[in-house]
Amino acid sequence: MRLARGHVLIGINDEALLAGARDIEAALREALHAHGLADEIEVIETGDLGAAGQGVVLSVYPDGVQYAGVGVEDVDEIVTEHLLKGRPVERLRLAARPIAPTGLTGKQPRIVLENCGVIDPESLEEAIASGAYEAMAKVIESGVLPADIVDVVKQSGLRGRGGAGFPTGLKWSFTAPGDRKYIVCNADEGEPGTFKDRLILEGDPHRLIEGMMLAGYAVSASAGYLYIRGEYQLSIDRMQTAIDAAREAGLLGEGIFGSDFTFDLEIKKGAGAYVCGEETSLIESIEGKRGYPRIKPPYPGAVGLWGKPTVVNNVETLANVPPIVLHGAQWYRGFGTEDCPGTKVYTILGHVENPGLIEVEMGTALRVIIDEYGGGVRGGKRFKGALIGGAAGAFVDEASLDVAMDFEGLKDYAAVLGSGAILVFDETVSMVDVLHGILHFFRHESCGQCAPCRLGTAQLVETIDRIASGAGSVEDLGLLRDIATMMRNTSLCPLGQSPILPIETVLGCFGDEFTERLTDGATAPSSRQGRN
Amino acid sequence: MRRLLEKYAPSKEHMLDMLHDLQQDEPRNYLTRDALRAVAEYVNISLSEVVSTATFYSMYSLAPRGRHIIRICESPPCQLVGAESLIDLLAQHLGIAVGETTDDGAFTLETTSCLGVCGVAPAMMIDEELVGNLTPARIVDAIEAVRRRDATG
Repeated sequence: MRLARGHVLIGINDEALLAGARDIEAALREALHAHGLADEIEVIETGDLGAAGQGVVLSVYPDGVQYAGVGVEDVDEIVTEHLLKGRPVERLRLAARPIAPTGLTGKQPRIVLENCGVIDPESLEEAIASGAYEAMAKVIESGVLPADIVDVVKQSGLRGRGGAGFPTGLKWSFTAPGDRKYIVCNADEGEPGTFKDRLILEGDPHRLIEGMMLAGYAVSASAGYLYIRGEYQLSIDRMQTAIDAAREAGLLGEGIFGSDFTFDLEIKKGAGAYVCGEETSLIESIEGKRGYPRIKPPYPGAVGLWGKPTVVNNVETLANVPPIVLHGAQWYRGFGTEDCPGTKVYTILGHVENPGLIEVEMGTALRVIIDEYGGGVRGGKRFKGALIGGAAGAFVDEASLDVAMDFEGLKDYAAVLGSGAILVFDETVSMVDVLHGILHFFRHESCGQCAPCRLGTAQLVETIDRIASGAGSVEDLGLLRDIATMMRNTSLCPLGQSPILPIETVLGCFGDEFTERLTDGATAPSSRQGRN
Repeated sequence: MRRLLEKYAPSKEHMLDMLHDLQQDEPRNYLTRDALRAVAEYVNISLSEVVSTATFYSMYSLAPRGRHIIRICESPPCQLVGAESLIDLLAQHLGIAVGETTDDGAFTLETTSCLGVCGVAPAMMIDEELVGNLTPARIVDAIEAVRRRDATG
């Protein structure tokens, strides 16, 4: 990074491009030049700055001021007022900081997103200057053994961030011995409302590469696959650029840091199948087959990709590994809760003032996430409920607002953390319509391999269609539960086992609404209206 | 076709990439019978095995589609802010139902599950281009912009 008095970071993602980020960047460079600031202030393209729905977002350093919804017409004012005269343009300032300044323990809780929106994701040099590959270098230089890495990850208490929350170190220790093993990173992020992994892929690709390398070192695997869903073209391009740069620099390949450790990785592009987020389906898909889930056991740790022992981890999980290895398990345990140390990245969406992406400590109350980070319910309306964890997640109502959000805390409310998507509903939303959408989603995404899920998802759709149209009966509500319970007990993979959770929780929290719709279909409120 | 395939080792492992490339190379955005046969021959597996994989994934089509694919998101976060009525409007504007192609072969309308851009919901993609914060007016504008681009060639 060239030495400059200040930096303006411009977050480049799909949303920003849509809002004219390229034009704004050009205007900014032009204005800096016109005011003779081109040598003093550097403009840097970076990944997402964590504020969704805010158009083009700029961060000005060293001041740390963030501007949202910037247009070409605002550029001159920012340059003349702020960069030239040091007076931030108040009317453009982002209302709430999208990413937490301090967490439960009063510490800066950015671990996973530490570099997202701060570095240029296409520059290996900037990544290295921000600490990339330091953990890997330390491991090699100080002769840390693979088993020690497994131990430190175990002691850190890191749990899988893909949804299930299985202890990562334990998963690694279950990897069977063998001459050939694989590390697979699951970046098939398809849970509706979830895009945390996309931000890591696009914002800090080298962190993920290093996480995969460390996992490879820990379980003695020399090859990795990064399976990214086909719709994430920008993620695929950025990761490919990063892999090429790392390989070019000798950070990937044979003899890493002069040791005898060899590791390389390859991207696999998905082709549109939600079920491939399930680890054995994903393995089948990498092998070039239909993404049908396998019967477990055997688990991938024993029989995985091409029959070899394979570790499958989520993007966010692996992104936690380098700082754990670098700073130690005790440091990591300083964040979050006893059972769930560390932070969690959430996407907070729906009827909140500031939809977006946040990283907070595990155990942060749902109320704090919605009010302080999400800016509260949009338009001063009343909070009705939320769906936590995507379509396969759970509904909660007002009574659950103080739940400590982690894998354990949510259990008390019969809910799950899942993928980390929080969809907030205000008082105008019809929960019947929301469940209607979710059940249609499951029918569409059922892979069709096992009968309980193939038939069950279709029957759930028929039943909810009847209820939503006002032609349902009380028996239909019982039928939803019965079908979904049968599916949970007999389906092959988590997809078919999922619908029971949203059904049970929505009926538990908002059962009255369903009963009302049965008798009074025509006048029930509907959320299906266009945005004004 | 052979040239596209030879980028990859002749192994089933690369089949998804091969299918992506061949489909993109075909102006009508689908996998022709010849393309499927070429993959089968190159990888040395049966045609039925290639078809079996190709038909599993929603991004592949075995029937001709429009020159442009419109994928509108129908996931709960988009639905919550009105995607459903927009799907109807889009279908009406194009004069086709979801899954169909316009008579002039310009557009195919498909629905998709979450595109991962929920911050700008409701959202759709036209080919590789993302269009978010959809309103009836923005939808019509986006379609007409593509039509104009095509007309000026």
